[in-house]
Parts: sequence; structure tokens; C-alpha cells
Amino acid sequence: MTHSAVAHHTSMGLDSRKMAFWTFIGSECLLFGTLISTYLIYKGKSVVGPYPHEILNIPFTSVSTFDLLLSSLVMVLALAAVQRGDMKWAKIWLLSTALLGLVFLGGQVIEFTEFVHKGLTLQTNLFGCTFFVLTGTHGAHVAVGVLWLLTLWVRAVQGKLGPANAMTVEITGLYWHFVDVVWIVIFTVVYLIQ
Amino acid sequence: MTARDERGNVMGQGTETGQHAHPTADVYVRVFFVLGILTLLEVGVFYVPAFHPVLVPVLLVLSAAKFTLVVMFYMHLKADSRFFTFLFGAPLMLAVAVMIALMFIFYGTLTLRGAAGAG
Amino acid sequence: MSQRAAPAAPAALAAQMTHGPTGLKAWLTTTDHKRIGLLYFWTAFGFFLIGGIEALMIRAQLAQPNGHLVSAETYNQLFTMHGTTMVFLALMPLSAAFFNYIIPLQIGARDVAFPRLNAFSYWVFLSGGLFLNASWLTGPLFHAGMLNVAPDGGWFGYANLTERQFSPGPNIDFWLLGLQILGIASLAAGFNFIVTILNLRAPGMKMMRLPTFTWMTLVTQFLIITAFPVITVALVFVMFDRFFGTHFYVHQAGATPLLWQHLFWLFGHPEVYILILPAMGIVSEVLPTFSRKPLFGYPVVVYSGILIGFMGWGVWSHHMFAVGLGPIADSVFAATTMLIAVPTGVKIFNWIATLWGGDIHGTTALHFAVGFIAMFIIGGLSGVSHASPPADLQQTDTYYVVAHIHYVLFGGTIMGLFAGMYYWWPKMTGRLLSEPLGKLHFWLQFVGMNLAFFPMHLIGLLGMPRRIYTYGPELGVSDLNLVSTVGAFLIGLSILVFVFNMWRTSRHGQRASNDPWRGATLEWSIASPPPVYNFSVIPTVTGRLPRWHTERHPAIQDPPAVPPAPIHVPGGSWWPMVAALGLPIMALSALTHTLWIVFVGVAVLLFGIYRWAFEPFEV
Repeated sequence: MTHSAVAHHTSMGLDSRKMAFWTFIGSECLLFGTLISTYLIYKGKSVVGPYPHEILNIPFTSVSTFDLLLSSLVMVLALAAVQRGDMKWAKIWLLSTALLGLVFLGGQVIEFTEFVHKGLTLQTNLFGCTFFVLTGTHGAHVAVGVLWLLTLWVRAVQGKLGPANAMTVEITGLYWHFVDVVWIVIFTVVYLIQ
Repeated sequence: MTARDERGNVMGQGTETGQHAHPTADVYVRVFFVLGILTLLEVGVFYVPAFHPVLVPVLLVLSAAKFTLVVMFYMHLKADSRFFTFLFGAPLMLAVAVMIALMFIFYGTLTLRGAAGAG
Repeated sequence: MSQRAAPAAPAALAAQMTHGPTGLKAWLTTTDHKRIGLLYFWTAFGFFLIGGIEALMIRAQLAQPNGHLVSAETYNQLFTMHGTTMVFLALMPLSAAFFNYIIPLQIGARDVAFPRLNAFSYWVFLSGGLFLNASWLTGPLFHAGMLNVAPDGGWFGYANLTERQFSPGPNIDFWLLGLQILGIASLAAGFNFIVTILNLRAPGMKMMRLPTFTWMTLVTQFLIITAFPVITVALVFVMFDRFFGTHFYVHQAGATPLLWQHLFWLFGHPEVYILILPAMGIVSEVLPTFSRKPLFGYPVVVYSGILIGFMGWGVWSHHMFAVGLGPIADSVFAATTMLIAVPTGVKIFNWIATLWGGDIHGTTALHFAVGFIAMFIIGGLSGVSHASPPADLQQTDTYYVVAHIHYVLFGGTIMGLFAGMYYWWPKMTGRLLSEPLGKLHFWLQFVGMNLAFFPMHLIGLLGMPRRIYTYGPELGVSDLNLVSTVGAFLIGLSILVFVFNMWRTSRHGQRASNDPWRGATLEWSIASPPPVYNFSVIPTVTGRLPRWHTERHPAIQDPPAVPPAPIHVPGGSWWPMVAALGLPIMALSALTHTLWIVFVGVAVLLFGIYRWAFEPFEV
């Protein structure tokens, strides 16, 4: 991957790609903020059921939440491994992060399928549309992250990833942790505060 | 002379002054356990009926704590340049302010229909 | 695909090395901010002409009561496309043309932080604009006539008119998909320019030494990256309602169409500051140059711009005073709206003080800059009257608002942009636009716009609503409408003068030196147009006005004509364009309700991104 800005002096002494990425994350706060706001505005306003308390499965979702938190740990361990040049562990941790992400996505698929069987679809009521679009957008972000991680893992397997690319892995980590952090908010606001 | 790879890129940790020495794996694992405990507490508060009167504030505080831990340690914001904190924090505060404003504006304007139950 | 600009080479090769390769491929693969700026300019100007023709058709229809030039349905498409085109395809990209060309020059950089992302933004913008305007021609593909399927729900697409039930055709689909594509272009450029301005400044260029145009651009980019996600989500909700049967804006399901208004205006109000701040920045450059005096109160102007950016987030519901928000919300937004007039007013006083006592050189650029101030004051005054909810109840949805909009956006932004065009034309093209033709353009446009838009204040207060395709003679606004139409055509004439000026200049225009205006900022220290690497030596600045001799510092030396050593210049890349093409393909899938096409689009996008990511490319 390119590292255009690293070799150049910058006005703020900060890596340009990292700065761009934090700016992007700031922007994403508004994206998810709008989705969550809509969920909150329409909370309790569905004209017909199913309603959250009838459908949301807290134990199951708690496991998903732990899965994502674990994936963040593993991601940061991957970064540490890349930074010290330990590509063996970098590969293990990168792949693990991706797999944990896939597990999360699998859990979402199972959950969504359950909900549909119980009569909650996008079209059913306000809970349905706000829930599925919010968690679906989050899930799409996770999927992109998994693809991104697997790409990095393949590059590492090909021997094309090393400490010189640490910034790329760091930025991947920023994306992944942000996706986790959004889930922390969703888990609380959607699942626990009913 | 900084070590560079064949494409002229600096090797090793970032040379930019915005980055400091990284915490060890130890710290990360400990943060993970704290996150796990906080999650258990959150779920516990949800299930224990005695906590229901204070459910919302307690959950908000717990999840804010988890949020902060991930951002400060895993996303390294604590040790990095304060400017990154601004780049993230300002839009975040804006998003929260907009959310609160919208909730105030919509409060009481959409009528509850029927016995919709909890939520 | 990189190249080296060498100091000594045969003449033709030297020309190519200095200004970059020519030919179609060079332009399609360019990552040079100057070329991308020119691409933005010509594309945006083209859309500006289209939007102008739409305006002229509107005015022709309204020239007399019971007009019958166009049907009501066509009229709805005309005003929708006029607004959408002018806001998203003309004003924003014309500003972007200057961001692209001028910002790196003003901060002493060789290019933006992410040149390929920059190219990507342009190609996405182009495809979004073409997608939107294709709606004028593609009616037959949807079993409708031509001129039948263009967006017709207003540029602000209020729910629930946009629901499939009330807008069954593809019109609104064109609109929402086109806007989503354009949003991505703006967001990408936003990230790029923020990093560029913060991180690529020349040595000594502290933040409070930045040219005002650069500062206003920075604030604008922050507004873009925070406001566009909101409309992205709002449009996703419309899309889901139309395509997947959700009920985000459907009353019967317990939802409310008002949610759209809130989300749209949460974006929409910052958007109008996105539209005006760059023009304010341009004016803040032009006035000092042609008064031979520094901008009066530079720090205050900068802080006012920042304040406008922040406060712009607190006023959105002043667009909704007529929906029944209640007295508390109305009062809060009235107060915040009145407050935001303050930093704007401050700037106006600073501009006037800049001119005051200056050694005035009445160039065309200065005419437009002064015109901006005068017209923007008028637009600001009608704006302040809107800030009062009881007054606004009378004004909203009438032509009074149309007057306000056009005084601030035409008298403001467009005049500011023309000031920029006359000012920076020599730098960008190497030739000076004709001053006599420029003055003719200015006066025709100035008279035309006031004839066109001033009567609208009266027309609105006399009771003519917006967005009606005709009106009865009993309303008593026929004569004023006719005057307005005459004014509009006068504007059209002025634009023709400008087009003629552009054409004539390209053939016979006087060649420009580095610095035809004796400007203070870095872009004037290099050739017109600049060499591909911009600065042969990156300058070190010691003040805000590097090229002027001031009490604090002497003028800096301009960089040498020939670089002391070869300068690496990144070459072009196909991948930004390829990746960009994935987006309209995805949009096409939705438009045609054909699922498999979206996978093609995603594949193209991913292919472009992967090739981009793994391509060797050194800045």
C-alpha cells in the first residue's frame, strides 16, 4: 500500500493519512448520530408490533458484544506485532480479528433471520425500519472492515506487509475500533435501554 | 540517518512527533478485561429489577466508560496528538448536541398509539 | 507513471516537463490539482449554463399571467433542476475549482495531500451531474415522454411528496441517487482539503498567516464533512421508503414527514454557509489587492468565519417556522438566527474598512467584489426579516424568499465567484480577461440581477407563492413578474458577454506575467500558469502578506524560474476514474430496479480501489 505522506515533513508533524482518517471518523459520528437519533425519535411510536421487548435477545447480543470487544483487543495486538516486526503473530492476530468480525456478522444474520420469523421486517413498523437500517448500516461497516482485514492478512501472507506499513495497519485499527465503539452505543441505546 | 525501505519510506515506528511509545500488550489485555466487566455490569443492571429506576443514567455512564476506554487506549487517542482528539471530539459533540436537540423537539409531538407496551 | 521535471531539456520537452503531458489520456488520468481545478471549472460552468437556461424558461413562463409555455409538470421539473443544478452542480463545484487550483498555491504546496482522491472527487462529481441531468433525456426509457422524468419535488424534496405513492415515477429516484453520488464527491474532497490546509503548509505559514480564502475554505470543508452525512442518512430513508417499503416518513405508521425537514435542513443550513463562505474568502482576497491595503481586521474576519461555521449548526429550523414547531422552538431558532447575523455583519464592516482610504484600482474583479458586498447586504437584510417567526409566516413559501435566496446566492456567491474568475483567470490560464468586456459583463449582470430579483420581494409580499407554474392576473403581480423576466434575460445576456470574453481571451488575450495585480499572496510568486511542480523552491514565509513589503518584513523573493534540482512530480492514474464509475453503475441498478447491476457497480468500485491502493504512487 502507498505511504505517500510518511516520508515528507508535514506542517503539524502528524501523518496525513492518520489525520485524514480521524477526520473521516468525525464525519461518521454524524452519520451514525443521525441514524441513532432517528431510532430514538421513533422509539415507542410503532403502531403495531412486534415491539423491542418481545424480540430483542439480550444474552445472544451480549455474546456478540463480547465478540466485538475481543476483536478490538486482537486488532490492537496485531498492530503491536506489525510495529515490532513480528509478522508471524501479526498474521495470526489479523486473521483472528477478521474471523471474530465474521462471527459477529454471522450473529447478525442469525438475529435478523430470527426477527423476520417472529414477524419483524423492514416494513412491519417503525421499530423494524429504524432497527434494521441502523444495525444494517453498522453491519455493512463491519463487512467492509472484514474485507479490509482479510486484504491485509493476504498481503502479510504474501510477505508484502511489514513494519514499514505499520501506519496502514494502524488506520485499519482505527476503523475497526470505531466500528466497535458504534456497537457499544447501539448495544446500550437499542438493546439495553428499551 | 533514518532507515528507509526500497521505496524511500521510513521504517519502524512513526517519526512524526504526534506519536509516542506504544503501551505494551499487557495494558491492552487489562483494558479488555475492564471492558468485559463493564459489559457484564451493563447486562446485570438490565436484568436486576432493583436497578430499573436508575437504568438509563447507569447504562449511559457504563457505555460512555467503555467508549472512552476503546477510544483512548485502543485508538491510542490518549497518547496521540491532542489535535486528533479535536478532529474526533468536535464532530462527536456536534452529533450528541443534534441528537439531544432533536429529542427535545420531537418530545411529545408524536402521539403514542394504543397500548404499545415498553419502548 | 511518475515523471521528473528536469532543469535542462530541449524546448518542447521542457514545455511538457514544465506544464505536464498533453492529450486526452493525460487529462483523464490527471492527479494534478491545477488540471483537476480546470476540469471542475469547465464542468461546473457548463452546468451553470444549463441551470441558467432552466431559469430563463421559468422566467419566460412567468412573464405573464396564465402562461402556457410549459405544463405544470414540466415547470416542477424546471424549478427542481434549476435549484439542484445551481446548488450542487454549479456553485459548489465552481468553488471547488478554486479550492483545487488556488489552495495549494496559496499555502506553498506542490499539490493536495491526496492527489488521486482529488481526481476521484472530480470524476464522481461529473458522473453525479451527468446522472442527474440524464433525467431530462431518458423519459422514453421509462415509458414516458422526454422532459418527463427529471426530478420534480423541489431541490429540497419534501416528504411525503417523495414517497412512491405520490411520486411513482423515476423522477425522485434520479434526484436522490444523483445527490448521494455527489455527496461522496464532496466528502472525499472535504477530507482532502482539511488535511492539505493543515498539514502541507510551507515553512513559516502559521495558521494566522493563511490567506483568508484558504481559511474560509477550511471552515467550509469542516461544514461539508459534518453536514453531508446527515443528508446522506435522510436520503437513505427516502430510498428505503421508495424501494423497500419502509415508513420513515409515513404518517400512518406513526412516523412524520417532519423528520425529513429536520434532517434536510440540519444539512441544508450548513450547506448555505458552504455556498457563501468560499465567496466571502474570495472577496477578502480581492478587496485588499485592489485597495493596496491589507484586509482590515484579518483575525476578526477569520474568527467570524469560524463562528459562522459553528453557529450555522444552530439555526436550521428557521426554515420550518410554518410547520408548527411550537413557541419554544420558534423562539430559540429565531434568537440563534438573529445572532448569526452578527459575525456576518462584522465581516461586512471589515471589508468596507479595507476599501476605506485605500489606493483603489477599479478592476472588474473589484467591481464584482464590491457588488458582492452590496448585494449580500440586501440579501442579509431580507434574511434577518425571515428570522422573526411572525414575519416569516407571511414571507415563507412566497417569492420574498426567492428574492432572499437569489440576493445571497446570486448577488453573493455568484458575484464572488466571478470576482475570483477575473482575479485568478491570469494565474490559471496565462491570459488576462478583457477589462472593458468584464465591466460590461458586470454592469449588465448587476442591473439584470436587481431587475430580476428585487421585484420578487414585492411579488412575494403581495401574495404570490413559490413553485407555482402560473398565476392569475387578479393577483396584481403581472407587471412585476414581467420586469423580473426582463432582468433574468439581461443576466443571460451578461453571461453571454462573459462567454465571449473567455473565448476572445483564449485567442487574443493579453498574456499575463507572474503577478498582474501585485498581489500579496504566494500564488502570485510563480508563473502564470504555474509549472507542474508549482514552486521550484518551496518558499519560507515570515508574515501574512509574503509578497508585500510591510513594516514587519520585506517582500520575499519569488522562487527561481528554474528548479535547482529535479523535482519529482507524481504521474497520473486511471484508478480514481475507474473507481468513480462504480457509483453511477450502482445507482443505475436502483433506478432500473435491476438487482444484479449493483454487483457490477460494487465490483467496479472495489476493482478500482484495489488497483489504486496497490499502485506505486509517490507524492
